[in-house]
Parts: sequence; structure tokens; C-alpha cells
Amino acid sequence: MTKNVTSKELMGGDDDLPLYAPQKKIYPQRVSGTFRRIKWGLMALCLGVYYLLPLLRWNRGLGAPDQAVLIDLPNERFYFFFIELWPQEVYYFTGLLILAAFTLFLMNALGGRTWCGYLCPQTVWTDLFYAVERWTEGDRRARIKADAGPLTAARLARRALKQAIWLIIAWWTGGAWVLYFSDAPTLVKDLATFQAPAIAYIWIGILTASTYLLAGHAREQVCLYMCPWPRIQAALTDEWALNVTYKYDRGEPRCSVKKGRAQRALGETAGDCVDCNQCVAVCPTGIDIRNGAQLGCIQCGLCIDACDNVMKRIGRPMRLIGYDNDINVQRRTSGKAEVFRPVRSRTVVYAALIAMVCAVMLHALLTRSLLDLNVLHDRNPVAVKLSAGAIRNGYTLRFLNKRGFDRVIAVDVDGPANAQIHIVGVDSVTPDRPMIVLARDATTELRVLVTASFDETMEKTQPVKFRITDIGLGEVASATDHFVTP
Amino acid sequence: MSQHNDTDHISGRSTTGHEWDGIEELNTPLPRWWVLTFYATIIWAFGYWVVYPAWPLVSGYTAGVLHYTNRAAVTANLAQLETMRGEKMKALGTASLAEIENDPALLALARARGKTVFGDNCAPCHGSGAAGAKGYPNLNDDDWLWGGTLEQIMQTIQFGARSGHARAHEGQMLAFGKDGVLKSDEIVTVANYVRSLSGLSTRKGYDAAKGEKIFADNCVACHGDGGKGNQELGAANLTDKIWLYGSDEATLIETISNGRAGVMPAWEGRLDPSTIKAMAVYVHSLGGGK
Repeated sequence: MTKNVTSKELMGGDDDLPLYAPQKKIYPQRVSGTFRRIKWGLMALCLGVYYLLPLLRWNRGLGAPDQAVLIDLPNERFYFFFIELWPQEVYYFTGLLILAAFTLFLMNALGGRTWCGYLCPQTVWTDLFYAVERWTEGDRRARIKADAGPLTAARLARRALKQAIWLIIAWWTGGAWVLYFSDAPTLVKDLATFQAPAIAYIWIGILTASTYLLAGHAREQVCLYMCPWPRIQAALTDEWALNVTYKYDRGEPRCSVKKGRAQRALGETAGDCVDCNQCVAVCPTGIDIRNGAQLGCIQCGLCIDACDNVMKRIGRPMRLIGYDNDINVQRRTSGKAEVFRPVRSRTVVYAALIAMVCAVMLHALLTRSLLDLNVLHDRNPVAVKLSAGAIRNGYTLRFLNKRGFDRVIAVDVDGPANAQIHIVGVDSVTPDRPMIVLARDATTELRVLVTASFDETMEKTQPVKFRITDIGLGEVASATDHFVTP
Repeated sequence: MSQHNDTDHISGRSTTGHEWDGIEELNTPLPRWWVLTFYATIIWAFGYWVVYPAWPLVSGYTAGVLHYTNRAAVTANLAQLETMRGEKMKALGTASLAEIENDPALLALARARGKTVFGDNCAPCHGSGAAGAKGYPNLNDDDWLWGGTLEQIMQTIQFGARSGHARAHEGQMLAFGKDGVLKSDEIVTVANYVRSLSGLSTRKGYDAAKGEKIFADNCVACHGDGGKGNQELGAANLTDKIWLYGSDEATLIETISNGRAGVMPAWEGRLDPSTIKAMAVYVHSLGGGK
């Protein structure tokens, strides 16, 4: 290259956009209607659960935490109402994640991005923050006008009030978060008197900052640029899925109310869309749904409410924008009746998978053993020859007592003929069947020695089975390993 | 630079001119906050250079204002660990050996401590699982040269055997051949006699009566009648199935000819008293303890 290149050419030439673009401020307008009511309801439910759940009590008996939902990290326990999970049972969470994935698939196959529009924390909190913004600074028009005009003291006061409420909500969000990790009433008291551990304040700080930034400032940017779900969910929809759709076959060509009436009076066709832009005004991501399905649409249905309100006023049929599938657009243009097919192979398979995972998890939960045993064979040395010629193997046994009380268990061994068992540090009155006490809600690790007489004809390795029996309740658990000869 | 004036005909926006299988890439500008965040991370990196060690110099590196080093952090952590341990190790120091073994919490502590210290100090000879090797006793079995009770094990660890410590175990397997006490044919005979004590096969034409006599004259003093051994002297039990150096004839002849005197170092002064206690409990709990 010997030609001098201008910086403009380096940037790619004349037709190019700048490297970056500022965030376009959007002013979603207040709207009322079916989907707005559903959104308010779900918001109340989600936030209610989030903020109040840690305060719920659940009696688990003496010495156990009485919080309904508690993630007890120091003691490695997770409590959820009547369920108590140990770190060994982390696969329940795996099950939950699989369940969440399939539910998302099913949601998408049925009603598009239901998750994004109604349930996603980003949506819920942003919605709440918008409500605060409208309450303090007024609706869309007032806000646009204020932003265009000079900064008056009154406007400054309104903005300060908004920021203050935002921060309070964000701080409360962070506060609720930490309550899940410790006894809530105690922690609230400690936080108020500055006695709480530093980590609690740090996490409240982090969650306050993230809530304030994401719900107050980043808003739709999260959906447009940060979140992977919009990209993934585009691949999860199909021609039967109900997506928020502008029925262009009915709406186009757009014309004014007056012109439309005149056209229709003459028996000619006219589009129902009057180009009032209400659907754009209410949209929380600031898109125009009339451009068709797009990444920015979180399918919250607010434009449906906005458009319905207009259609009601001009006396045209509802749902010019509505939940619709791709098939119906073609069917309507060719004069056929609309079809909806919520039950189809895709949704049936998803539902069946969800049911299956639920069943497996429920089964695992109901048959969860409260007495468990793990065994680990000594690796070095694998076997020890004793002076009298007998062979001894060492094992580490880990006993899990998941009940809320101490209990006495007997340890039996089924292995090579005349195997003797000895537990290091336990002098039992019944040497053939040592008894030990397992502390409540804890694991106990003990070293167990199994000795058997040796002759040359013995198998090199034989199975050995440890059985533990709760003397009081009769609960049994067992674990198998090998008895090795040198 | 190639000029391109591509526009996506559907959205009317400009594209980068890149195209794969008919799919074109829109030239969407980056969001400003993203670019600013990117710049902020670059500035943040400069902060790192100032605060942390960053740039290599000819001899050394820029230390950073915090003077942070991994090594110092590890040292501090280890010191903290030692103070944390100090509390628990105190309990080991005051309890008796039997009390430690009968208290589940103390036993677990002693075993954990013992295991790590064993790996650092004892494993080179006795093996990481204390299974021993030729000339180095297996500590898992029930055969003890110097006794296998908690106290005896602790004594052996503390003072060693033939270690030069004033209170060390002393005892020698004499070199009967090298010192000319026994002739080579006598050594062969007594070696076979010793094999017969634990029921091992003997050489054809070996004279048992002669072997017994040589044994009575030379060996019984330490190894006792019938070769049952003597833990006072560290004399091995010759009637059991466990052999420190090996039970084949050639090895026995070598042992009798040249003697044996393995050394167990004394650990007093090298390990603190409560650690030595933990070690004794650990070795005892391996399963062979009496």
C-alpha cells in the first residue's frame, strides 16, 4: 500500500456509522390492560417472595435453624421448608437447573419469551424502577419535556427523590439477599446495630450497586447487549409458537381513522393501524413491534394493551397486535381460519421431559436415606500381613447421620470367612459387632480394620460389605469394597 | 482499504461487507457504555501496575506500592495457621496418650496432624503409607522390635534407635561371620534352623540338632528361647511371618555374617512434644498398635 489513506477511509469509508453510539433514552408510557395487570400481579408475587421468604419461620426441632429457606454455608446445609440438603446432594440443584432449562424451552414453544417479558429479575426490577420514575417525574410526555427544558429546582428535586427511592429499593434488595444466608431476624438486628460480619455489608453493597445500575440505568441495554437469552430463545421458537406479533395483514396499509372509515364505507380495504405510535411509546425496550420479530422485543405484551386501548376508541376489533403464530399470518391472507396448536410434538416432548425430571427428583427426595455410609479402602498399603500370618485391610468409613438426633449404630462386616472387625479408637462391648454413636446431623469418619486368616487358596480380592444398623430405628445402610490379599 | 457501500436491504442499515453463505454482518455501532467500560478497564490495568508487582527489570521487578508477594502471603497464611493450630495442639499437649486415643475429636486431630507430619518426616524411610521396606519396619502390622504400646511407640519416636541420643534404644545384631565367631558352614546351618522356627522350608541335608545347638550358644542370649525375640534389645521375633530384611537363606546368611544395625533417628527437639504425641497416636492407630 503506497496510497495515503485518510482516517475516514481507515474507519471504513463514508457510509460507516461511528464506532459507538450513546444509549437512546427511552420514555415508556403508562399503560393499562390485561397484560399490564398480569405483569403487576407477577411482579407483586416475585418481589413478595424474594423480600419476605427469609422472614418465614419453619420449626425443625431443637438445635436446628427455624428459617424456612436458609443457605447455611458455614455448616454446609441447605434448608427449604421440609427439605434439608447436604453438599453431597448437590445433584438436586442439577435437577432444578435441568428443570429450569426444559421449562424455558416449553415456555418458548408455547408463548415465546414469557420468561423475558414477565419473570426475569431484570424485567421485574426495571419495571418497578420505571414505576418509580413515572411516579416522581411524571409520564412519558412530562419526562421528555422536562429533559428538553432547562434544569429547574423543582425538576432537580423530583430527580433526587427518584434516585433516593431507587437506592432504597436497591439497598433493600441487597439486604434481602443476605438474609437467605443467615438467621434473618438475628441478622437484621446485627445489621442495624453494626454488629454483622463484614461480608454481609459487602454483599449488600454489591447487590445494591448491581440492582441500582442494572434496573435504574442499564435497563434495556441488559437485554440488548449483555444477556445471552435473547440469542438463545430465538433458536427455541418455531412457526407455531405464540409470539407478540403485529398482524400486518390486518394493519397495513396504515392510514388515519378518518381515511380508513371513508375507504371502508366505499367497500375498499384499509389497514387498521392508524400509526399512532402508542405501541412504541409504551415499549420498555423502545422498539417498534410493527417491524416484526426482533431481538429487542421481550414480549411483555404492553404494546398489545396500548394498541387495544386505541382500537377500542376507534371501534375496530381488538388484538391488531396480539399473541399469534407465523402460520396464522399466511392463513389469514389466504382467507383461512386461524389455528392454534399448543399441543404438538415439541411441547409434548418438553412437557414429558419436565414430568420425567420432576418424577425422578421427587423419587430421589422421597427415598432419601437419612443414614448413609461411604467406604474408602486404604491405598497404601493395600493389605498388611500380620505376624501370625493373617491379612488385614484398612478402610476409612464415613457415616452420615442426617437425622436431628444422635443415634447408636452397629457395624457389621460380610467379607472373607471369619473376618474380624475393629474400629480404631472404639472399645466396644461387642467386639464382633462394634457399636458407635453418630452425632446428629453430621458426618463421622472412622478407621476400620478388617482381619481375616490367610491361606494360599484365597482369592486375590474378595468383596467385602459393611452394613450399619440403627439399633433404635432399624434403619440400614451399606457400602461395598474389596478385601485384598498381598 | 477496500471501499464498501453495502447496505442490508431489509433493515436499510450498513453492513461490514462480510458475508457467509448469504448471511451478512450488520455494522452496528458499539454501545457507548461498553466502550467506556473497556477504556475504564485499560485505566484499571495502569492502576495494577502501580499497586502490584508488574514489570520485570534487569535485576528484579517493580514491586508496586503494596509490596505484595505471593511468598509473603503464603508465609503470613502459614503463620496464621500455626496460631490457629496452637490452640488445638495445646489440648494434645495436656492429654495423655490413652485419653487422646479415646476422645474422638482429639483422635481425629492427632491422626490428621500425624498424617501430615509423617509425610514430611517419616515417609522417606517408612513409606507414605508406613508400609516400610527392606530394613525399614512396616508400622501397619503387629510386629514391633521395640514394642507397640502407645508409650513404647512414643519413646521410639522421641529417642530413636541407635540414634546417638542418650536415651535411644540400643541393641546390635552382631556380625558373627565378619568377626570370626561362626564359620561359614555353621552360619548356613543356623540360618536354616532359623527358617525352621517359623515353619519355612530348609536345605536338604541340613542338621537340625547342630543348628539348634549353634542357636542356643550364640543367639538365645538376645533372641530368647525358641527365638521369640526381646523388645528390650530390639531383637526380632524369629518365629513369626514378618521379616525386616527377608527370610530367604541368602539374606539370613548375610544378616548373620555381617550383622544389622538400622538407625531410627531421635525426633525430640526436631518436633515439638505435642506433635510427637500426635505421631505416636497416629502410628498406633494405623492398626498394629498393642
